[in-house]
Amino acid sequence: MISFDGVAVERQGRTILDSVSLDMAERRIGVIGANGSGKSTLARLINGLILPSRGTVRVDGLSTAADVDGVRRRVGFVFQNPDNQIVFPSVAEDLAFGLKNQGLDKQAIEKRVGDILAQFGLDDLAESPTYHLSGGEKQMVALLGVLIMDPKIVVLDEPTTLLDRRNSRALRRTLDALEQMLIVVTHDLEMLRDFDRVICLDGGHVHADGPPTDVIAAYEAISE
Amino acid sequence: MIDAFYLDRTTTLHRLPAIAKLAVLFVLGTVLFLINAVVPLAGVFGVLVLLYVAARLPPRVAVRQLKYAALLLAVIAVAQGFLVSWPSAAIVLLRFSSLILAASLVSMTTRTMDMIAAFETVMIPLRYVGVDVARVGLALTLTIRFIPVLAQAAREVRDAQRARGVKTGWLTLITPVTVRMLRMADDVADALDARGYGRAER
Repeated sequence: MISFDGVAVERQGRTILDSVSLDMAERRIGVIGANGSGKSTLARLINGLILPSRGTVRVDGLSTAADVDGVRRRVGFVFQNPDNQIVFPSVAEDLAFGLKNQGLDKQAIEKRVGDILAQFGLDDLAESPTYHLSGGEKQMVALLGVLIMDPKIVVLDEPTTLLDRRNSRALRRTLDALEQMLIVVTHDLEMLRDFDRVICLDGGHVHADGPPTDVIAAYEAISE
Repeated sequence: MIDAFYLDRTTTLHRLPAIAKLAVLFVLGTVLFLINAVVPLAGVFGVLVLLYVAARLPPRVAVRQLKYAALLLAVIAVAQGFLVSWPSAAIVLLRFSSLILAASLVSMTTRTMDMIAAFETVMIPLRYVGVDVARVGLALTLTIRFIPVLAQAAREVRDAQRARGVKTGWLTLITPVTVRMLRMADDVADALDARGYGRAER
């Protein structure tokens, strides 16, 4: 359960989010809105990457300001550009990074890395240099780097923006099969058609919130 | 050197602990500069070639490592040949070629993470003078990881400038590439945070 209580974010005198109050418990939630509407800020607040200027963000009752480690153990974050998220030169090493941060021993890390690569049919990529991966493969490695840490919630910030249609569809199929609660910030409205809930932001405020069809229609109306 | 990364094989050389390989490399680097005769240096070079075979690394990989330094080696060897003697040129050539082959052999048979862990072990005494060893290890990793990304950014900026008719050179590249890398550094820092960097120590 994620709750925003009167959350405002101000940066350099500009209000990016203003008095946002939300409770999020659905399994798949989409966040849409124009550029600069506050979508990415909302996503980053959930993981504690940004702290609110006013109000509180809580994940399972933990405040992002007071217990950021506890929050990040629950919430994984996939960035728009996987090149910025992948920090090791080979796939297996990169997947191991998060587990090393959790303090796991080498054997346990190797097993978890092997298991997750096998689970997603990417065994062949284990020793591949991350720099030589295709865009789709990089996005999958970035996602696995998060999933391997077994978060309850995965937040994805525009995960399909840099992907072609084929890779975008492949990623959507992967996301559909995940058990975790997903919060996806995207411009890819098609992706959200079967989501449980969509939130539309406009100028730092919640413009619409509800079933995908209604919210997408409301978004399209203000985008005309 | 960007391509000199780990190549996965199941050989004894791959299985050796990273710290042992780094120690041998350190000793070899010293010994190579103590040997001043062509025959033993040629022997070392020959052994290294055999080690490439033992590590099941394709010959083109060894050749590629030397190709990167070929021009520099050629200039040094020719200068030695004319200024000192041709046997001396051969000594310099064999010494540096062996060193490059040995360093590349270590990097190609050792996972980056194991290499960084070995560096961290070697640097442990520095903790007592306040050095954050894990942070230095991560900095080394990030440097290795982002060299090709930096090269790619420079290529993209250069292409964009050419498309707009700008005459490109190092000076015209520095500002846009630096701005881009600084923005990227912010994102990478966020990604490290999000992936729990430093959590194990807390």
